[in-house]
Amino acid sequence: MNQTIEIVRETRLMKGNEALAEAAIRAGIHAYFGYPITPQSEVLEYLTREMPKRSGVVLQAESEVAAINMIYGAAGAGARVITSSSSPGISLMQEGLSYIASAQLPCLVVNVNRGGPGLGTIQPSQGDYFQATKGGGHGDYHLIVLAPASVQEMADFVFDGIALAEKYRNPAMILSDGALGQMMEKVDLPEEGSLEYPEVNWATVGKKKGKERNIITSLYIQPEKMEQINLELQEKYKRLKQEVRFELINTEDADILLVAFGLSARICQKAIELAREKGIKLGLLRPITLYPFPEDALASFTDKVDFYLCVEMNAGQMIEDVKLAVNGKKPVYHFGRMGGMIPSPEEVLAEVEKVVEQQLVTKE
Amino acid sequence: MSLDDSKNGLEVVYKKPSTLTETPLHYCPGCGHGVAHRVIMEVVEEMGIQEETIGVAPVGCSVFAYHYMDIDMQEAAHGRASAVATGIRRVLPDKYVFSYQGDGDLAAIGTAETIHTVNRGENILMIFINNGIYGMTGGQMAPTTLLGQKTSTSPYGRDAKAIGYPLKITDMLCLLPGAYYVTRQAAHTAGAVRKLKKAIQKSFEYQKLNKGTCFVEIVTNCPSGYGMTPVESNKWIEEKMFPYYPLGDLKVPKPEEN
Repeated sequence: MNQTIEIVRETRLMKGNEALAEAAIRAGIHAYFGYPITPQSEVLEYLTREMPKRSGVVLQAESEVAAINMIYGAAGAGARVITSSSSPGISLMQEGLSYIASAQLPCLVVNVNRGGPGLGTIQPSQGDYFQATKGGGHGDYHLIVLAPASVQEMADFVFDGIALAEKYRNPAMILSDGALGQMMEKVDLPEEGSLEYPEVNWATVGKKKGKERNIITSLYIQPEKMEQINLELQEKYKRLKQEVRFELINTEDADILLVAFGLSARICQKAIELAREKGIKLGLLRPITLYPFPEDALASFTDKVDFYLCVEMNAGQMIEDVKLAVNGKKPVYHFGRMGGMIPSPEEVLAEVEKVVEQQLVTKE
Repeated sequence: MSLDDSKNGLEVVYKKPSTLTETPLHYCPGCGHGVAHRVIMEVVEEMGIQEETIGVAPVGCSVFAYHYMDIDMQEAAHGRASAVATGIRRVLPDKYVFSYQGDGDLAAIGTAETIHTVNRGENILMIFINNGIYGMTGGQMAPTTLLGQKTSTSPYGRDAKAIGYPLKITDMLCLLPGAYYVTRQAAHTAGAVRKLKKAIQKSFEYQKLNKGTCFVEIVTNCPSGYGMTPVESNKWIEEKMFPYYPLGDLKVPKPEEN
């Protein structure tokens, strides 16, 4: 137990879920609390196998409700903690996430999104965009949300998510999906111990002699005080804007801008290739942080492109944020598949051609 | 005038433990919470573990327990105190950790967390305040409300056919191998308080053995919720509650384990 193994940077062929789990160990997590659910169970399986040999606490909780509250307790005690689940399980965690956001505790939550609503399907989906980016539980709060589009990013964003969570004392979420969790790709694993621990003076580790006690709470019964806490949170969310991340692909000469995150962005890249073979100048803006959202970057294309097309594996969720960013200056369209269906690049291209045709008809 | 004025030939024989803050308790006159808080904090003071103890407060009347207990504390969501305490103890295995919950919190909304925390034998102390009623929300029926007992949501008395029976969760927990020490105590007389204090002290001491969960139920009163005077309410728990929830140890460590 706990023997030191020197872990250096290395390249492996791994499943997204396993790459994420390995990255969590290398990121120096003190504890993982989780519950099995398809399609993310490999995270729990990997960590229950590997963590006892290396370091840290791993515990299979009795429910996602218990898991997120163990996260609350351990994070409040100053530990670096993560949990993972998939859509129905993430719904069960919303109560705890609201408390964690209010108490300003850092932690990382991974959602390997599957099709819903309800018990839904175990196939990939992006149907939890609203839940992830708008708060999800009760009250005015936000998670920091990162959307990986590759197995490499499943690993990398564990480090980025933890770093952001600790910098802002805010829960962070990796919004992945069933395909990214299950597919295998080459991954360059980060070096163990390369993520530094922050200085923490607010954690409940035992009251120091002559010092004020530390209290982790989200309860402020006086509205004047509760409003102050809210203002503090809102001020933090404003500061978060500086962490906006996005990727631009083939946008230099684009007439049409695709907007897609995660797996949809991968599909759009192929659609761009197909389109350009036909002389249609497609570009892609891929939001990497879904919260904070790259609204300025999106707005910067209103003078350059004819229209925007959001490609999502849902009925149209991110499109609302894109429309707010574009602010009526150009048309914004949506193409999506739902319930675990993955759009093909050909379908995306066909949708682009349909919109182009519609626009020509309208102009005539 | 200071109470600590030996010049006048006076001697302080009873005072607030240093582990309680100066904040006046918000509890109703005659409520058992104040006594329970005091007893826990007396033990923390006497054992000299103020710097090594972390408490978890519930949702219910004692939601503000952290205003009074001068130790590091976390406020948990309704029913989740033992999961929160699990998270704390797992990452701080050398500390003393306790949760403090009422009957609605521990035995209704938090039943799953309660059972599984004990089943895992988490090395924490769980304090369970059982007064048979939801005090903070205005006297509604609790899982431990007695048959026939009138509350604001059982206005004709608790009817087993409609809502089931008072839950003896403490007895249930004794079946779990993870439970190391399980006891039911009271806090309404000097004698009861002395026994309660002993039980809590033992529970803190057992925590260092890492042999499982210690569980202390405290059967208390709720004068406001019952619509009684403090004296009447204490008489009522003796006559009604104790026969159904008899006081005493329910599970003690086997001699060879001790």
